[in-house]
Amino acid sequence: MRITQGCFSFLPDLTDEQITAQVEYCLSRNWAIGIEYTDDPHPRNTYWEMWGNPMFDLQDAAGVMMELAACRKAFPDSYIRFNAFDSTRGFETVTMSFIVNRPKVEPRLRMVRQEVDGRSQRYSFETIR
Amino acid sequence: MDGDTPAPAPATVDLRAEFESSGVRDLLEELDRELIGLYPVKERIRETAALLLVERARKSLGLSHDTPTLHMSFTGNPGTGKTTVALKMAGILKRLGYVRKGHLVSVTRDDLVGQYIGHTAPKTKEVLKKAMGGVLFIDEAYYLYRPDNERDYGQEAIEILLQVMENNRDDLVVILAGYADRMDNFFNSNPGFRSRIAHHIEFPDYTDEELLRIVKYMMADQNYTMTPQAEAAFGEYIRLRRAQPHFANARSIRNAFDRSRLRQANRLFTEAVGALDAAALSTIEEADIRASRVFRGGLDSERIRKETADDL
Repeated sequence: MRITQGCFSFLPDLTDEQITAQVEYCLSRNWAIGIEYTDDPHPRNTYWEMWGNPMFDLQDAAGVMMELAACRKAFPDSYIRFNAFDSTRGFETVTMSFIVNRPKVEPRLRMVRQEVDGRSQRYSFETIR
Repeated sequence: MDGDTPAPAPATVDLRAEFESSGVRDLLEELDRELIGLYPVKERIRETAALLLVERARKSLGLSHDTPTLHMSFTGNPGTGKTTVALKMAGILKRLGYVRKGHLVSVTRDDLVGQYIGHTAPKTKEVLKKAMGGVLFIDEAYYLYRPDNERDYGQEAIEILLQVMENNRDDLVVILAGYADRMDNFFNSNPGFRSRIAHHIEFPDYTDEELLRIVKYMMADQNYTMTPQAEAAFGEYIRLRRAQPHFANARSIRNAFDRSRLRQANRLFTEAVGALDAAALSTIEEADIRASRVFRGGLDSERIRKETADDL
């Protein structure tokens, strides 16, 4: 099941060239790029593992792409995303986030129903590999 | 880039026009104007610029082109303008389209080498990432290698540097700088560096006349003038200073100029009565230069005589 989240989620996967262009855009606005990866794409799993520290003060996308290559090499079968952090006073938050790598075979999400008090139903999702 | 052939490749290319339009001409002229002396350095820069222009022309004609390796080493005595030239180099490479951003990241050993195990690699990588798209200037690069301590983390930084210099040749240019003899040692003990650096540029010492022109240029820049007597005294100062220890070419001369400003200010403050005009405020006189202890045998004589230091 193709998991989508963040920017460009309705588009096909970005090519490296397109990723570079997006990173250039982020850097031109002085955003810092952080790389994160996970094997669990559950929508509630918001905190992914960090790949190194977020990269501040970069001038060129080549540095980010170098880290992406290293991360892909270490976790080829993981989801990898870029978070662009805007440190402007008053924002100080992630302003852009997009997926740059996904596993060949993606896990599925299954909905689980549970009967609770009375005839009420509870719904939850779980990741199945 | 090489895969998609551009539509119709032009049949000829006008190097002269290319030279004019790229803005390299302005930069080279600026270099000639602002950097006094350093003829071998300027020659090498001109050659490099020509090579890059020709490579670009070849590319536009669809001829095979291989991005030349542009990592450099600048060797020379202190104060011979290595950092200044590195800054200009970044500009030239940017205008030739060799680096994308053209900024200069200037670092020393401390910025690359970590304090404990596992600290060096991320630190070096971070610096390299910041320098991507521009020029990484490593000042006093020989400190990276400490032969006396085999567990020194400098070696790790060197390995990462070499790897990135090789793999990301299109993304950044590394310039190593340092004093000639120690750099030679450094290259001998790290053959990897020597082979990856194509351009070894030596910075010669300035001659006395060049130093005098430099100081006049600095003064003009800050709206100061020297009387003819002061100029003669400065010429003598340069000759004497060169023979004394810790002579650092243009840097020593800049310091001498700063101190003469100090003395001039003091002289004006103690002697002047009434209104001063702009000329008085910007003229350096002979006395301001003659007061230097360089004329009395330099630093050591001062210590022996235990006089109050007038020359900081």
